[in-house]
Amino acid sequence: MSIFINSTSKVIVQGMTGSEGTKHTRRMLASGTKVVGGVTPGKGGQVVDIDGHQLPVFNSVAEAIAATAANVSVVFVPPKFAKAAVIDAIDAKMPLVVVITEGIPVHDSAYFYAYSLQKGTTQIIGPNCPGLISPEQSNVGIIPANITKRGPIGLVSKSGTLTYQMMYELRDIGFSTAVGIGGDPVIGTTHIDCLKAFQDDPETTAIVMIGEIGGDAEERAATFIAEYVTKPVVGYVAGFTAPEGKTMGHAGAIVSGSSGTAQAKKDALEAAGVKVGQTPSETARLMRAILGL
Amino acid sequence: MDLFEYQARDLFEKHNVPVLAGAVATTEDEAFKAASAMGGKVVVKAQVKVGGRGKAGGVKLAVDANDAKEKAGAILGMDIKGHTVHQVMIAQAAPIVDEYYISILLDRSNRTFLVMASVAGGMDIEEVARTAPEKLAKVPVTAVDGISQAKAKEIIAQAKFPADIADQVADVLVKLWETFQSEDATLVEVNPLVKTEDGRIVALDGKVTLDDNAEFRQPDHAALVDHAAANALEAAAKEKGLNYVKLDNGQVGIIGNGAGLVMSTLDVVAYAGEKFGGIRPANFLDIGGGASAQVMADGLSIILGDPDVKSVFVNVFGGITACDAVANGIVQALELLGAKATKPIVVRLDGNNVLEGRAILTAANHPLVEQAETMDGAASRAAELAAK
Repeated sequence: MSIFINSTSKVIVQGMTGSEGTKHTRRMLASGTKVVGGVTPGKGGQVVDIDGHQLPVFNSVAEAIAATAANVSVVFVPPKFAKAAVIDAIDAKMPLVVVITEGIPVHDSAYFYAYSLQKGTTQIIGPNCPGLISPEQSNVGIIPANITKRGPIGLVSKSGTLTYQMMYELRDIGFSTAVGIGGDPVIGTTHIDCLKAFQDDPETTAIVMIGEIGGDAEERAATFIAEYVTKPVVGYVAGFTAPEGKTMGHAGAIVSGSSGTAQAKKDALEAAGVKVGQTPSETARLMRAILGL
Repeated sequence: MDLFEYQARDLFEKHNVPVLAGAVATTEDEAFKAASAMGGKVVVKAQVKVGGRGKAGGVKLAVDANDAKEKAGAILGMDIKGHTVHQVMIAQAAPIVDEYYISILLDRSNRTFLVMASVAGGMDIEEVARTAPEKLAKVPVTAVDGISQAKAKEIIAQAKFPADIADQVADVLVKLWETFQSEDATLVEVNPLVKTEDGRIVALDGKVTLDDNAEFRQPDHAALVDHAAANALEAAAKEKGLNYVKLDNGQVGIIGNGAGLVMSTLDVVAYAGEKFGGIRPANFLDIGGGASAQVMADGLSIILGDPDVKSVFVNVFGGITACDAVANGIVQALELLGAKATKPIVVRLDGNNVLEGRAILTAANHPLVEQAETMDGAASRAAELAAK
């Protein structure tokens, strides 16, 4: 098992005919993902050849679902068109929509998140995220597939490169699923959603949770862990040296006043029984110790 | 981006939120002219992006234009909590009978928007929330639903505004929503919203924060950027399209790929630096996924141009980008920089094609470049070099 995606997931790529979309469709196919088509409004009816895979292009997500029975969509369209693309997917009742696009105005992401709640049939991951991978089964987004193998660890992270770093540190053990939830102020799937799914997933035996400054998602996750999660969790929080009022790369990574500091997040996680590493490498060592490896 | 009060006032006016006359002045003479044009009593207000300016003496009543000139002279150049006053706003004075509070903001925790309204205005709203939470109405508003006239009336009733002004305040709230939405704001705050002697409801002071991600559809927002406040290195980095933040009291220049990894690199350097007398990171610089030679050269040249920097730590995890491409980028960047590269550079490469990448750096054998196998080891070495 794994969470959110597995070897049966059928994936369509919104924005497949764009340069980023094409590049990453190629990579997803190479790692064994079942990509079944793409959506680009106005280009419906075309067939695109990507490394020998004949992929149909549709005008809308609803058309794509009708023709391919896709159950996952990954969005690579530019910020300007991202809101319309996600709404198209929600209207088509796409069960899982993974939004890779960086730089979407927060009014747009707040809109499509609220819209998804109203409709109640779509889970959004992202935006501004690397996507997710269940190694050797399915890879939706831009996470490199060759870092590690399938294994017992579940990983949830706000940051892309820290996800890769942690997968690399623990590559000999392997992962059930690694989810990059994104560093924007409004995201569809939270640490808590992933923690719950990992707790309920029989393949996952331990969880790594990576957080960063800004917001209170890690504090909420800590409360959730104390109440619900019985599997061991190790944590890492980035941004101890970040000054107040400066955005650190991710739109959401900002300390305002006393809220959103790394120290507060670390304290909350430790109070919930989570072992928190001082560096990514130390966090990996904590995980090894827990697994007895 | 946070706006100055006068910029917030102008945005409010653009969206028909009732405001008093106001004009910005950067000199005493401009203040005199603005006050003369307005006539009567005016308030001279320091324009700084920090709270507590009234207590600091940055807001003064002037009886006429000559007095306004004098007051502006006293306020211009003042230091308020580390912010130098470069501009004042000359605002029409109005007799106030009551003060209220109203704001619309992005509520990250609940992933929605939030309206806060209170009849206890004019003071620190966090204080009100703490000491008299019953006086602060907090109402979530979704981006899909927005604030209609009916919704506004409901919120204002919940906040227990007096009946005689409820409709006027509700109308202001609808216009604030229009401002919030159409300007891609993440915060629109009016404190105080006042009732004047003649019964009008007016936004007397405002705070607005705009979403930088919306630049592509908000062409007017570029003119609101405060160039005077930007650090010179940050301005140079922005011109090159680099995501750079200068940090105070640091000695190790940092370059990495990915916001999370770079933030983590800063922490690991500060942690390792404790052993070397408190060495700290000097900057945040995320060169993103590509890490081409040109981007690496641009990044290195910004960092080497920082006199605080004593050593550099390049920390790259090859995910999509292969480490050999990154290594070639570093070699070419050093060629481009030539004699301008003068400080030791510790490079840690890991991930995709790491062995090829390390071999390229070993073969290049640049006198300034040292390699380290792990992030922790590299941080420690960079701190050690900076302490020398």
